[in-house]
Amino acid sequence: MMERAAAAGLVGLTRLLVGARAQWRAEPGAGQSLYFANHCSHLDTLAIWSALAPAQRAVTRPVAARDYWNKPGLRTYLSGRVLRAILIERRRDERAGDPLEPVFAALAGGDSLILFPEGTRTADRLPQPFRGGLFRIAETFPALNLVPAYLDTLHRSLPKGSHVPLPLYCTVRFGAPLARQTGEARDGFLARAHAAVCALADPARGAAA
Amino acid sequence: MSASQKLLWVFGGIVALLSVASATGWLLQRRKGDTAVIRNLNERVRAWWLMVAVLGACFWAGAAATLIVFALISFFALREFITLTPTRASDHKPLAIAFYVLVPLQYWLIHLQWYGLFSIFIPVYAFLGLPAIAVFAGDTEQFLERITKIQWGVMIAVYCISYAPALLVLDLRGFHGQGALLLLYLMLVVQISDVMQYVFGKLFGRHKLAPLVSPSKTVEGLVGGGLAATAIGAAMWWITPFTPLQSALMSLLIVACGVLGGLALSAVKRSLGAKDWGSMIEGHGGMMDRMDSVSFAAPIFFHITRFFFSG
Repeated sequence: MMERAAAAGLVGLTRLLVGARAQWRAEPGAGQSLYFANHCSHLDTLAIWSALAPAQRAVTRPVAARDYWNKPGLRTYLSGRVLRAILIERRRDERAGDPLEPVFAALAGGDSLILFPEGTRTADRLPQPFRGGLFRIAETFPALNLVPAYLDTLHRSLPKGSHVPLPLYCTVRFGAPLARQTGEARDGFLARAHAAVCALADPARGAAA
Repeated sequence: MSASQKLLWVFGGIVALLSVASATGWLLQRRKGDTAVIRNLNERVRAWWLMVAVLGACFWAGAAATLIVFALISFFALREFITLTPTRASDHKPLAIAFYVLVPLQYWLIHLQWYGLFSIFIPVYAFLGLPAIAVFAGDTEQFLERITKIQWGVMIAVYCISYAPALLVLDLRGFHGQGALLLLYLMLVVQISDVMQYVFGKLFGRHKLAPLVSPSKTVEGLVGGGLAATAIGAAMWWITPFTPLQSALMSLLIVACGVLGGLALSAVKRSLGAKDWGSMIEGHGGMMDRMDSVSFAAPIFFHITRFFFSG
């Protein structure tokens, strides 16, 4: 109960602060989905999560960096109890075993996920090359909808290094799920996924909300 | 008649007008079906009810509440302006100051009734202060373009719009403590002018006024709507310190400024590559789409009234 109220409050606050309006360029696919997006600010996770429809949000968990979200107090409460985030160890020396292990477990359990395949935030409008995790996930779960998303304006709202978010209206653009090609090589797949996110960066194309 | 009685009469009139508009929209939808124009008309009328309710609540709650509501209007208008403006990471500090310092400060100065400062604070101190702060980011690429856009946004969305509630603290001969009526007069004439231009344009519009800048504006809409709004404004003289003739001239001034503001800001909007400023008010677009005429009319109306009628 507390968690649901906190979730509603978090969505309301995110909308008030940065808008987080969703724009679907294609029909959202039915069933389990993985939303992957460019990563430019600490608000990205909350923005995508808030932009999803309530029914989607209820089954969607963000994949987030343990070093940022596992700080005691509010962040741990929000990431653990409200967002039900899957925390990933980014620092190599702290790792024991496969860092994506909890991600695979959550997908096997039927959860939808939010993932930032760059692994870190960038100050630019377009994302950096994607890392391999997305490919391993796609390979292991062939039925998963791989939905590209682009976070517009958020890189201006809270650029790397600043702590006060500007209250701009940010849009989250979702594209059509990535087509699956059997036997596709890792680099080709990652380039295609990257291009799918970049294609959503242009606000003029497919303006229908 | 006391000021609060006059307020009640005017609001009663607005509610009656909106009721007629709602009934007309409902009838049109029943007789002609659910076309895009009729749906937009009904959305607009519904949004009008909401806006009138907000304004009514402001007047009921007093000057401080009105200032807070207008501060929020400025905040949302600036938000739309800056969202459409391609700023860079190095603009973060001046922008944060614009949103979180300049907006509250400007309205606080009006609350203090400090005319000598609120009337020059943004054009002097913010105008010079914003580039002074921005320069420390050390980014010279398109510096002039970037800082000009921030200054423009602050001038229009904060400074110019704040002149509307500043009417509350304007002290006029024989009109003490009735600023709320003057604010109502301004908002009424500006918005009725917009509505009448829309109605006359839809009914009689043939010749486009400025097809590239504002494709929906027509010469017939401008003339018919402008004259109708001036006539309605003149007939409202009894809530102002003006005589009927003065009131007609003031309304004409407000209408003219409103039209020019609408055109100029439409050109700004299009140069930023957008059709609407935002999507906040259903059927109308964004906050700036509704406040563009106010931002030009309010400062001029304030200063002309102050020049001729202040005690």
